[in-house]
Amino acid sequence: MENFTPVSALIGGGLIGLSAAILLAVNGRLAGISGIIAGLVPPARDDATWRVLFIIGLFGGAGGWLAVTGGPVVAFDVGWPILVIGGLLTGIGTRIGAGCTSGHGVCGLARLSPRSIVATITFVIVGGLTVFISRHLIGV
Amino acid sequence: MIRNIAALGAGAVFGLGLAISEMVNPLKVKAFLDIAGDWDPSLILVMGGAVVVSFFAFRVILRQPKPLLAPRFDLPTRRDLDGKLIGGAAVFGVGWGLVGLCPGPALSALVYGNTESIVFVVAMLVGLATGPRLITVLTNRPVPG
Repeated sequence: MENFTPVSALIGGGLIGLSAAILLAVNGRLAGISGIIAGLVPPARDDATWRVLFIIGLFGGAGGWLAVTGGPVVAFDVGWPILVIGGLLTGIGTRIGAGCTSGHGVCGLARLSPRSIVATITFVIVGGLTVFISRHLIGV
Repeated sequence: MIRNIAALGAGAVFGLGLAISEMVNPLKVKAFLDIAGDWDPSLILVMGGAVVVSFFAFRVILRQPKPLLAPRFDLPTRRDLDGKLIGGAAVFGVGWGLVGLCPGPALSALVYGNTESIVFVVAMLVGLATGPRLITVLTNRPVPG
């Protein structure tokens, strides 16, 4: 566990919670990223402005930290075919399952939604199994 | 206008949180999912920290009659479990485990300029757009409307 970074994890997590609180308090919306993006792809919903601005904000927040600190490292260990498959599955799965790590894993858990609790347990277990199979059994 | 500034600000705080906690790094996320490898539990604290803050904040916020600048709270109301929820979460889990990116970090990672992030995000957008049609085909139900 030499790579464990508890302090930055808690600070980053706290900021994500704060972001969800701002969006709910002011706009009455949940900060589920897949849902925010899903409203912009066909069939798009008619409330694009706040969605686009939230995403521009994401770029600004991550980009600001990159500009100031030069980090963190962003590194991949898979090639294009896996990137395409992984991206497709992430898009399809979060659309059909109505949420991702932020919508179910943060906002849904905070609301004690039974659907989000089940979804979060499911994607964490399946994600773990996928890493186990791909890294340790197949060696992708 | 202020609503849009709030959305921009909330996005920026979210992106900052993802960057500080290194969740924009797929290998960091994979190290959490890899219990049999050199396990890194950081993601538990990221999600846990976010849930604790939003849990208490939501309690206060949802006690108000309405949001500060919107007519009503727009919240999911369903509480039932169904195959789409669990199947969708499982499909997402495979994608997450293969690459180590979920939607928020994937978008935020674009600012780091890796070609891999761009490829992943384009595929993810295609998946988000085709998901509803795919489920219609798979369940063999007519397209509503």
